[in-house]
Amino acid sequence: MRDLMAITARPDVISLAGGLPDTSAFPPASFAAQMTRIAQESSAEALQYGPTEGFEGTRDCIRELMAAEGMEPDPEDIIVTTGGQQAIDLVCKTLVDPGDAVICEGPTYPGAVPVFSSYEAETYQIEMDEDGMRVDELEALMRRLELDGCRPKFVYTVPSFQNPAGVTLSGERRRRLVEIAREYELVVVEDNPYGLLRFEGDPLPPLYQLDGGDYVVYVGTFSKILSPGIRLGWCVAPPPLIEKIVLGKQAADLCTSTLAQYFVIEYFAEERWRDYVDRLVEIYRGRRDAMLEALERHFPEQAEWTRPAGGLFVWATLPEYIDTGDLLAKALRDDVAFVPGSAAYVDGRGSSAMRLNFSGSGEDEIREGIRRIGRVVREQVALYETITGEHPRPARVSTEHGDPADVLPLRRREMRR
Amino acid sequence: MKIAVLAGGRSLERGVSLRSGARVHDALRSLDHEVVVLDPGSDLVTRLKRERPEVAFIALHGPGGEDGTVQELLEIIGIPYTGPGVIACMRCIDKVMAKHLMREAELPTPDWVAFNATAFRELGAAESLEEIEARLGFPLVVKPARQGSSLGVEFAASRGDVPEALVAAFSYDDRVLLERHIMGRELAVGIIAGEPLPIVEAIPKQEDFFNFEARYEIGRTEYACPADLTEAETAAVHDAARRTWDVLGIEGFARVDLILGGPDGPPEVRGPQILEVNAIPGLTDTSLLPQAAEASGLTFEDLCARIVQLAGRPRAYAAG
Repeated sequence: MRDLMAITARPDVISLAGGLPDTSAFPPASFAAQMTRIAQESSAEALQYGPTEGFEGTRDCIRELMAAEGMEPDPEDIIVTTGGQQAIDLVCKTLVDPGDAVICEGPTYPGAVPVFSSYEAETYQIEMDEDGMRVDELEALMRRLELDGCRPKFVYTVPSFQNPAGVTLSGERRRRLVEIAREYELVVVEDNPYGLLRFEGDPLPPLYQLDGGDYVVYVGTFSKILSPGIRLGWCVAPPPLIEKIVLGKQAADLCTSTLAQYFVIEYFAEERWRDYVDRLVEIYRGRRDAMLEALERHFPEQAEWTRPAGGLFVWATLPEYIDTGDLLAKALRDDVAFVPGSAAYVDGRGSSAMRLNFSGSGEDEIREGIRRIGRVVREQVALYETITGEHPRPARVSTEHGDPADVLPLRRREMRR
Repeated sequence: MKIAVLAGGRSLERGVSLRSGARVHDALRSLDHEVVVLDPGSDLVTRLKRERPEVAFIALHGPGGEDGTVQELLEIIGIPYTGPGVIACMRCIDKVMAKHLMREAELPTPDWVAFNATAFRELGAAESLEEIEARLGFPLVVKPARQGSSLGVEFAASRGDVPEALVAAFSYDDRVLLERHIMGRELAVGIIAGEPLPIVEAIPKQEDFFNFEARYEIGRTEYACPADLTEAETAAVHDAARRTWDVLGIEGFARVDLILGGPDGPPEVRGPQILEVNAIPGLTDTSLLPQAAEASGLTFEDLCARIVQLAGRPRAYAAG
């Protein structure tokens, strides 16, 4: 699988696999002006080490961003990290000992899977539907674990426009999740890289806002609203925890890139970041629409997919006899790539699903990429039906009827091998 | 000597090939050769003509690099290259063709049946599955005809597993084979210039026994070299591997993979059963051929030097 993913980087491959934001939308002239100003006015400081917690100026930018989503963290509770990825790693480093239980969504952010694995966490994944994590299942799991005398270290969630599923945790479930956290004294790690990238509908309150920062540890990033190349993220946690995280960060890399922090401070001083986010939202909305239209047109009726109201990803589920790891090999022969769903699980589930990214490619490329993937899926469906003589009932379920839990059956697949 | 190491390419085994190539590059450099690494793409011929290497060391795996394609190009532009020639590559990459040739030469290879996708789509091959299953029995192994490593290799324990396994295998190639599964010890024999090296045995963990992909992950399979075999077993395995080498017309080096059927099995599957031949086996630090070479006293540098020494002159288009 790793080898297959290496091929997706070939320049002739239309890759719907990465999670790349469109950095070409950022005006080079603006970038040049900011960097020039840093060189002229703060050269020595920008080339120097910085405080482990990050500069006050960077933390002010972070507070401005969080305020835009209704949050008011104490500046003392914020640490600037090398991307949101390091924040996840530091939280694990601080809280997780080998064998400790950790809970996350199923599917979860594929980049979190190796982090949980490297700290030897016992990871439990909670199923999702179109309203995000099934918090009733979380509660049932908590009860079960409590009976076994097991206290999970935290539940990790991407509540808005989830990576990879593209779904958003409903307002009602957000409130219930925060209640469960209090009842069970459970830490919630809220990873919110996409909250500001909403294409339609009203924003929902972040868990951090609902909880007031008692049980919710917040992870944010500049990657999706500015640049992943600057590797700048952050973590907000209550005092006893943030102190440990700072110690962990010191051991890991002393401080986050000073130069990158100076760039962000300069960028925010121009007060144009909202316009840039609006521009990204406009671009990504068009690409999301292009992808959904292409899926409708080119994917067979046996497939189903989510319809994200923001973010970067669509999650498509194929008939369970198709293994998307194998399908990727076939797709690569047609120079197109996606992420096989099993990357988003710790236990081999998700093998008939795929993550499709719409932020990193233009609309025409997306249409062509989906057309090619649709063709290989159709071929495999037709082959299976020919071999078995079956013509299964269309699997797609109308969203207007029945339990919403049936709409996005991110189902457990029997281990075949 | 100026040597071009060809590594990477477009096949699904690109990653393995890059690792093989990097290791070969280091070894040849330490032998004081002038080495250039080329990742085959649309400019391969141009770059070869510009670099003018005395030998091309082919460290490519899978279709495109191991199937005679690159070898044919090197023949045309007249650059000597390592490993088997065009025809041997074509025979080895296609497991179905290799098995036909082995069967014809009365070499032991497990029973099989092969299909292409058209047979299912247009000729109603699905109707023959029952007879095939009756003939091969369960469990059986479903493989793409032309693919390396374990990619697309699926184990079908019962009838219900067959359609899904076929769909998986057809993702990798338009031709697949269903092969009788033989219980026994899994062996690999590296051969250099017709001389077999010490035998490697792959000992998968119990839980990975039927998961071919997992078995290729580092640490999930143990290897023993030389394998713990009796003298008679070693002789039988070496003999079968060498005859396979001859039958497929291999030159340079290769690796023969086989099963040593247990004494309790049916008479027709006792002893060595040839599965396939890798015309360009992996040369990474966990690959089997370098392990076998080391067990025979050859360092990796020695192995590379020997492979270069055996590089054949272009012959397919030679005059006369």
